[in-house]
Amino acid sequence: MKRRKVDLAQAPAVFAKGVDERYRAATPLRGILNKVFPDHWSFLLGEIALFSFIILLLTGTFLTLFFDPSMKEVTYQGAYPALRGVPMSAAYESSLRLSFEVRGGLFLRQMHHWAALLFVAAIVVHMARIFFTGAFRKPREANWAIGILLFLLGFLAGFTGYSLPDDGLSGTGLRIASAIMLSIPVAGSWISASVFGGEFPGHLIIGRFYILHVLLIPAALVALITIHVALVFVQKHTQWPGPMRTNTNVVGERMFPRYALKQGGFFMAVFGTVALMAGLFQINPIWLFGPYRASEVSSASQPDWYVMFMDGLVRLMPNWQIYIGNYSIPPLFWPAVVGLGALTTVPMFYPWIESRRTKDKSVHNLLQRPRDNPERTGIGAMAFTFFLVATLSGGNDVIADKFHISLNAMTWAGRIGLLIGPPLAYFLAVRIALGLQQHDREVLAHGVETGIIRRLPNGQFIEVHQPLGPVDDHGHPIPLEYGGWVVPKKMNRVGALAPAIKGFFFPVEKPAEAPVSPGLPPVTPAQEREEITSGR
Amino acid sequence: MTTVHDDQEAVDVHDPRLTRFDIVKEGTRRDEIEIVTYESQFHGKDSKAEKRIARNIALLFIIAGIAGFAFLAFYIWWPWQFELGDALSDYYTPLLGITLGISLFGVGFAILAWAKKLLPHEVSIQRRHDGGSPSDEQLITGQTMLYVGEELAQGVQRRPLLKGAIALGLAPIGLAAAAPLIGGLIQNPHRDDPPMMFSTGFNPAFNDDKMVRLTREDGTPIRPDDVSTGGQMTVFPGIPGGATNEWADSPTLLIHLRPDDAQLARANADADPRNKGSMWGDYIAYSKICTHAGCPASLYEQQTNRLLCPCHQSQFLITRNAQPIFGPATRRLPMLPLTVDSEGFFVAARDYKDTVGPDFWERP
Repeated sequence: MKRRKVDLAQAPAVFAKGVDERYRAATPLRGILNKVFPDHWSFLLGEIALFSFIILLLTGTFLTLFFDPSMKEVTYQGAYPALRGVPMSAAYESSLRLSFEVRGGLFLRQMHHWAALLFVAAIVVHMARIFFTGAFRKPREANWAIGILLFLLGFLAGFTGYSLPDDGLSGTGLRIASAIMLSIPVAGSWISASVFGGEFPGHLIIGRFYILHVLLIPAALVALITIHVALVFVQKHTQWPGPMRTNTNVVGERMFPRYALKQGGFFMAVFGTVALMAGLFQINPIWLFGPYRASEVSSASQPDWYVMFMDGLVRLMPNWQIYIGNYSIPPLFWPAVVGLGALTTVPMFYPWIESRRTKDKSVHNLLQRPRDNPERTGIGAMAFTFFLVATLSGGNDVIADKFHISLNAMTWAGRIGLLIGPPLAYFLAVRIALGLQQHDREVLAHGVETGIIRRLPNGQFIEVHQPLGPVDDHGHPIPLEYGGWVVPKKMNRVGALAPAIKGFFFPVEKPAEAPVSPGLPPVTPAQEREEITSGR
Repeated sequence: MTTVHDDQEAVDVHDPRLTRFDIVKEGTRRDEIEIVTYESQFHGKDSKAEKRIARNIALLFIIAGIAGFAFLAFYIWWPWQFELGDALSDYYTPLLGITLGISLFGVGFAILAWAKKLLPHEVSIQRRHDGGSPSDEQLITGQTMLYVGEELAQGVQRRPLLKGAIALGLAPIGLAAAAPLIGGLIQNPHRDDPPMMFSTGFNPAFNDDKMVRLTREDGTPIRPDDVSTGGQMTVFPGIPGGATNEWADSPTLLIHLRPDDAQLARANADADPRNKGSMWGDYIAYSKICTHAGCPASLYEQQTNRLLCPCHQSQFLITRNAQPIFGPATRRLPMLPLTVDSEGFFVAARDYKDTVGPDFWERP
C-alpha cells in the first residue's frame, strides 16, 4: 500500500486551513493581528490592574487549597509557639497553618495581599487618568460606569478577603461592618441578623464571606473586566492629539508583534514587582494580632488603604443622632452607608452630567490635557483632596502618635480639612490649569525662550525668542494655533542640540552631526565671555 | 466590511512577485490601516549598537534563568519551617521574593528591550468607525424589533384573557424563585427570649436565674481586692463560654476608681435614674463595647478618667456616667449594676439596663 507522504513543513498550513474551514477565522484573526493601538505610558495604568487581577486569581486559588472557612472553635497546636494552646476559629488556625506550615505559603499569601493592594491602587490611578484626560466622554460613558463598579467590587473583594483569616484585626472590621448594617434605618437590625445569621458574630459569616470572596465577587469581576476590555477593543482606544492624529483615526502600532510583546514584558514586570514586595515587605502578619476576641483591640488598627477613607469619614463624623419619636438614626449611617453609596454611585453619572452641562453630544476620541479643561481638573482635584483627607483621617491616631499631635486636634483638622480642602484644591487646580494654558499660548505666539540676552544700542535688554513657526516681514513670529498637545518650551525640544549619544561609558556609534538651520552658520561656542560690569 | 482606503491600490495577493510584507500590507489595507513608517532602528545590518542590545537582552534572559534556578533551589533546600528567634528560616520568604522577582524582572525587561529596541519602529494609522451603523441598517433593525414587540403586545391586547393569565401566572413564579434564596437568610433579630439585641451574658436568665459573677478570661471569679486602686480589668460573664465570642456583647470593664473620682462618679450615677445605685464601693463597671461601632473601648486614661475607643476615637468620661465627650459616639456606655455575693465575689445585680453595643433604629 502506498503511504501518503507527510510533509512536516506544510503541517501548520494544513492545520490552519482545517481550522478556517470550520470556523472562518482568517479575516477576524487578521483584524486582531493588525489592530492598531496608540501608545502612551498613562495607557498602561489599567493594565497594572488587569495583571494584578490575574496574579490574584492564581495566588488566590492556591490559598483556597489550604484555607478552612469555618468558625468552629479549635485549639492551636501548630508551629508558631506564641499561640499554642490558644482557642481560635478554624479559619484563623488554617490561615496560620498556611503561613507557617505550608512551604512557600506565607510567600503566596503575601503575594495575594500585595496584589490586592496594587489592584485597587491601579484602579484608582487608572480612573484618575481617565477622568483628568476626559477619556470617559462619548462614546465611552458606559465603560466609565463599569470602571466605577469595578472599583466597588474591588473594594468589596478586599474587605471580604481580609475578613477571612478571622484574626484580631479583621474581626474588629467585621464588628464595624455589623454596626454599619445596624445603623440603617428601619431594617438595620434585620439586615445585620440576616447577614450574620443571628447576633454578631454568629457562626456563619466567615463561610458566607468565603463564597462571596472566592466565587461571586470574582465571577462578577471577571464578567465586568471582560466587558470593560472588550469595549476598549471594539470602540478602539483614545489617543492624545499630535501629528497625524485626528478624531477619526488611531495612530500607533499594530498589536502584533511589537505592542503585544511590550504588554507581555510589562506583565512580567508587574508580576516581578508583586513577587519582590511579597518577599521583602511583610503584610498583614496575622499571627501578631491573635485570634478575634470581642474584648480586644489595639490602637493603630487600620484597614487596608482603600478602606481607610471610609474609616476616616466615620471618625470625622460629628455625633449627630436623629431622633424620630421612639426611633433614631445613628451618626454612623451617614458616612458609612450614605457616604459609601454616594461616593460609588454619583461618579458613575459624571460623563452624562458633564455632557449635559457643556451641551456636548459629539464623539471624542482625542484626549484632553488636564489644563485644557480647568473645571474638570478642578473637580477631580476636589474629589482627590476629599479622598486624601478622609484617608489620612483613617490613620489619624497613628499620625497623632508619631508626630505628637493631640488626637482631638487631628480629628478637628480632618473635619475642617474635609470642608475647606476640596474647594481650595479646586481653586488652585483651576488657576494652575489656566496658568499653564496661558504659558502654552505665550510660547506659541512668541517662540521658545533661548536664554540669550541681547543688549540693544539704546541700552535696553531683550531676550531672544526662537519662533516655532514662520515669521512675518518684521521677523515677528506669526502666532500658531494650539494643537491640544505639548508645546516645546526648551531649545533642545526643537532640535537645537545634537541627539543624545548612545552608550553608557563610551559611545557605541559615532554621534550624528548636530542639525544646522539652513542659512545660519553652525553655532560655535564663544571662546571668551566678558562679564558685563557696570560700565568699567 | 471591506471599504478600501482611498490612497492605496489593491494588489493581487496571488502575484508571485509579491514579498511576504507586501501581502501583510495588503492585509492592513483591507483593515483600513496605513503603515506610515516601519523601519529598523539601526543604521545598516549588524551594527554595533544592534549587537550590543542583542547581548544585553541575552544577558537579561540568562539572569532570569539563573534567578529562576536560584528560586527553585531556595524553595527546595533552604530551611523553611518556623523556628523561634533568629533562624535561617526567617530569610525563606525574602529569598523566594528576591529570586522570583529578579527572574520575572529579567524576563520582563528582556521582552521589553526586544520589543522596544530590536523590533522595527512603527507608526500605523487605522481608521475609526464612530457614529453608529448606516441609517438604513438602524431603520431595519428598529423596525424588526418594533415588529416583534407589536406581535406580542397585540396578541395580548386582542386576548384579554391572556393578559390576566400572564400576570397571575408569572408573578408567583418570580416570587417563588426569589423566596427561597432570600427567605432562608432572613433572621428576626427580636425572636429570642430574652431578646438577643437587648441582653448580655450578665442576664440571670442565662444562669438559672442566679446573679452572674464577673470573671476573668479563664473563668475565675473576682474579689474587690483583685483590682488595685486606679486599676481596671476586663471581665466576662461567669457562665459557660462567657468569655468567648458567643457573648460578644458582654465584655465589661471593671474599674476601681480613686476615692475622690469615685465620689464624683457616684454623685453623677445616683443623679441618673437608670444608673442609680449601680456602683459598688469605689468600683464601677461599664460595657466595653463602644456604642458607636462596637469596637472594644479599651484604652483607659487613668489621669483624665477617659475611655478611648481605638477604632474611631470616641471618648467617654467615666466619672460622668461614661457620657461621650468627643468623637462620633452619641450614646453613653451602659453601666453594669455591681454587687458582691455571699462568697465575696463580684456579681452583676442584674443585666445592663441600657442596650449594649452599636446603636440601631428601634433601640428603646
